[in-house]
This record gives sequence, C-alpha cells and structure tokens, in this order.
Amino acid sequence: MAEFWTGYGLPTLIILAQILGVVIVVLIAMAYLTYAERKVIGFMQLRLGPNVVGPFGLLQPFADALKLMLKETVLPTGANRGVFMIAPVITFSLALVAWAVIPFDDGWVIADINVGILYLFAISSLSVYGIIMAGWASNSKYAFLGALRSAAQMVSYEVSIGFVIVTVLLAVGSLNLSDIVRAQERVWFFIPLFPMFIIFLVSALAETNRAPFDLPEAEAELVSGYNVEYSSITFALFFLGEYISMIVMSAMTSILFLGGWLPPFAFAPFTWVPGVVWFALKIAFILFVFLWVRATLPRYRYDQLMRLGWKVFLPFSLLWVVVTAGALIAFDWLPT
Amino acid sequence: MIIQALAFYLFAIVAVASGAMVISSRNPVHSVLFLILAFFNSAGLFVLLGAEFLAMILVVVYVGAVAVLFLFVVMMLDINFSEMREGFLQYLPIGGAIGLVLLAELVLIFGSWVVSPEAGEVAVSPTPPLGEMSNTAALGQLIYTDFIYLFQAAGLVLLVAMIGAIVLTLRKREGVKRQVIADQVSRRPGDVLEIKKVPSGSGG
Repeated sequence: MAEFWTGYGLPTLIILAQILGVVIVVLIAMAYLTYAERKVIGFMQLRLGPNVVGPFGLLQPFADALKLMLKETVLPTGANRGVFMIAPVITFSLALVAWAVIPFDDGWVIADINVGILYLFAISSLSVYGIIMAGWASNSKYAFLGALRSAAQMVSYEVSIGFVIVTVLLAVGSLNLSDIVRAQERVWFFIPLFPMFIIFLVSALAETNRAPFDLPEAEAELVSGYNVEYSSITFALFFLGEYISMIVMSAMTSILFLGGWLPPFAFAPFTWVPGVVWFALKIAFILFVFLWVRATLPRYRYDQLMRLGWKVFLPFSLLWVVVTAGALIAFDWLPT
Repeated sequence: MIIQALAFYLFAIVAVASGAMVISSRNPVHSVLFLILAFFNSAGLFVLLGAEFLAMILVVVYVGAVAVLFLFVVMMLDINFSEMREGFLQYLPIGGAIGLVLLAELVLIFGSWVVSPEAGEVAVSPTPPLGEMSNTAALGQLIYTDFIYLFQAAGLVLLVAMIGAIVLTLRKREGVKRQVIADQVSRRPGDVLEIKKVPSGSGG
C-alpha cells in the first residue's frame, strides 16, 4: 500500500494540484482579458469602457459570467443534440489542455515532453472541430456558413504556422519547448527570424478567429456565426475557449520568438525579476497587440483572407525555411 | 505498469468501439466523428509505445487536416435517411454475396502469404539506439540517410497527385470579376481623378 502511495498516489495528487493551479490562473487571466479588451478598445475610441461594477469596473467579468450562467440553455429544434452539446465542451477543453506543455519558468511545466511544440500544433489544429461541429449541429444556415468559413480559414493558416515552427526548430534542433526557450539565451528569435515572427503573429490572429480575420462570426452578415444558436453556459464555454486559445497563442509566440521566461538582458536588475513575470509580461504584450489590431483594422474580405494565406504567406514562409536552412548550413550554425 | 496496461486497454477498447460505430452509425457525420475518435485513440496507443512523434503527426495530419476535409464533404451531402433505409432487404443478398467473395479472396491471399526470410533483418538493422536520442531524431536520421530516395519518391508522388487534382478542378469562368492587386496598386490618381475649379456662384 505504501508503495502504491509513493508510486501512484502522491504523483497523481501533485499533478492534480499543478493542473488546478494552472487552470485557475488561466481562467482568471481570461476573465481579465475580456475586461482588458473592453477597456483598451474603449480608450482607443475615447470611451471609458466598463466602470460601474466594482472599482474601475474590475468586477465586470464576474458579473458577466454570473449573468451567462443564470440564463436559460436553449436547444434549438432540429439540432443534433449530442453533437450540439459536445461542441462547446471540446472547444473549452482543447483550449485548456494546451497549457500542459507550456513552460512558465525554467522547469515550471506540468509535462516536459519531447515533442511539446508538435503537441501545441496538434491541439490548435484540433480546435477547428468545436466550431465545425457547433455550426453543423445547430441546424441553422448562419451558424453553418460561419463554421465553414472558420474551418477553411483555420486549415489555411495552419500551413504557414507549420512552416514558421519548422524554421524555429531548424535554429533550435529540438521539439521541446523548454529547449526552444534555452536556445534563445544569446538572442531572442524575433531578431534573426523577424519576418517569420510577423507571419506567426498574423497567422495567430487568423487561427484564433480574431479581428481583422473574424469572418466566422462577422456580426454584420452572419449574426454571430457558428455560436448563434448557443446560449447560457454553452455560449460561455465557446467564449472561454476562444479567449483562452488567444492566451495560448500569445504564450506560443513568446516561447518561439520572445524568449519565454528569459529576461531581455542577462544582467541585474533584469535577472532579479522571476522568469514567470517576464513570461506573463510578454504574453500581456502580445495580447495587447491582439486588442490593438482589433480596434484599428477593418475586417478582411473572404477572398483577401484566402489570398493572403495561400498566395503570400505560404510561398514566403516556404522560401524563408529554405533561406534559414541554407544560412545555418553555410555558416555552420546548425545546433548539434 | 498497471497504469500503462489500463491506459492501453482504455485506448484500445475505445478505438475498436469507435471503429465499429464508424460503419454502423446511421448518420454519416457521426461516422466521421467516430473516425476522428478512432484516430485519436490510435495516437494514444502510439504514445504508449514510446513513438510520440508518430502520435503527434497522426493527430496533426489525419485529425487536423484529412478528417476536416472528410467532415466538410459529408456535411455538404444532402442525404435522406429514410430513403436510404428503403430497399435494405432487397439489396441484402447481392451485398452479402459480394462481401463473401471479398472475404474468400482475402483468406486466399493471406493464407498463401510468405514472409521473406530477410524481412526480419531489414526491419531491425538500421535502427539507431533509442536510449541515446529521441525517436524524432532517430526517425530523421533514418529517413534522410538510408531511405532518402524512397522518401523523395513519396514526396514526388504526392506532388504529382496535388498537381493532378488542381488541373482536374481548375476551370476558368467567363464574366467573373476578380481582384488584381497589381492593377490596383499601379493605379494613379491622375488616371481616374480630375480636379475642376468651379468658380463661385456658377456651381450646381
């Protein structure tokens, strides 16, 4: 029995505690991301944003969550019940499981697996299912159109994200996320791989269906897209999933290009600040860029979106993979 | 070890059960969703074998790309389920006979299957020691050294298939307005705008 406790019981408890800790932090971050979004866009449009509930409106996200939970869950007639109920659960849980491999600091990671970056890529390519299942199961033409657009968009931009990841991997020589961060100790990858950083950032916007690529939910033409038939807690799960996957993409960007937990300069006073704080600051910066873009740019047209993905990003990122590989070989910089 | 065995049985049972649901569920969209579940559990089995690279590639390629296209096509189909179930008994004898013939053929083929004596050697010889490197690196070393020609040939086959698909489906339609970015960029204000001075009092 004691053997069982040290062999399985204790590790399971520790892992559960770690998971709980990460999930709570992520959920709170998500709640304040919605608040930050409304505040940032408010200030950019010379408004105040939420300022009624709590001091500076800080309790607004919780009021919204409570409101959503108290509403009635509506099942549309003709909806495919099983798929309709599973779709938001899939979206939400996929957004959360991605956090299993993300290193918050040196060694602060739940699962330090060899193929961490591929795991993240796989999870982000799976998130299309939540949307497409929701659109189909709703039995509504707006939801279905939104889901189809979203699926096409996410599949298209995944290709260039794949090439960006390949470029970074060439420079690192490992698929482990902690190794990717450690490889940036001398220089963060956004300096030598600057074009890929931009491509990744734009593709991340498209992958998370954010403005200016928020065609799947284009309010003006599709009402609200794939989630139009959802209400109450099922809608809340989609909402949570979307914002958490934004945070995941920002974390991925900061790990791949902005040196994860590393300080900007490796001397005091920068080294006094714990790595997790640097990581959080980098994520917050990328998220601010997400919101900034949303407040600044108008929505892309569908054919422009497809042209950008297939005719601009794909050839360019492919070319840059070749250029990077060539440079690494020519100057003998290949990691061993 | 117990946990690994339990995980194996969980993945295996779910994979087999969802495989059975793929062919038995009435709704084709449900079939595709069960197929995805089967892929997912196979990826879990790969992880248990220690082949985490293959597991992730299985999820990225099959679940993330191929199955999405399946789902696309199946969702677009307009199928009347009651019509589909009609005439089930009528076609049962023919379908059953074809199935029996196929089964007999398969039994004949596998019954006379002879494993080449060198097969065992070929399979084990070039594997790098897995204790020293991750299986991603080991796979890369094999594919890009010993099997480089086969790997390139597979890539060429895929390229030809891709070009073929594009050639088969590309068609030029008349009378479609397309955006030509170069034309828009090269357009100058002087080509399309003219500024006229209207003296006060004589306008409009």
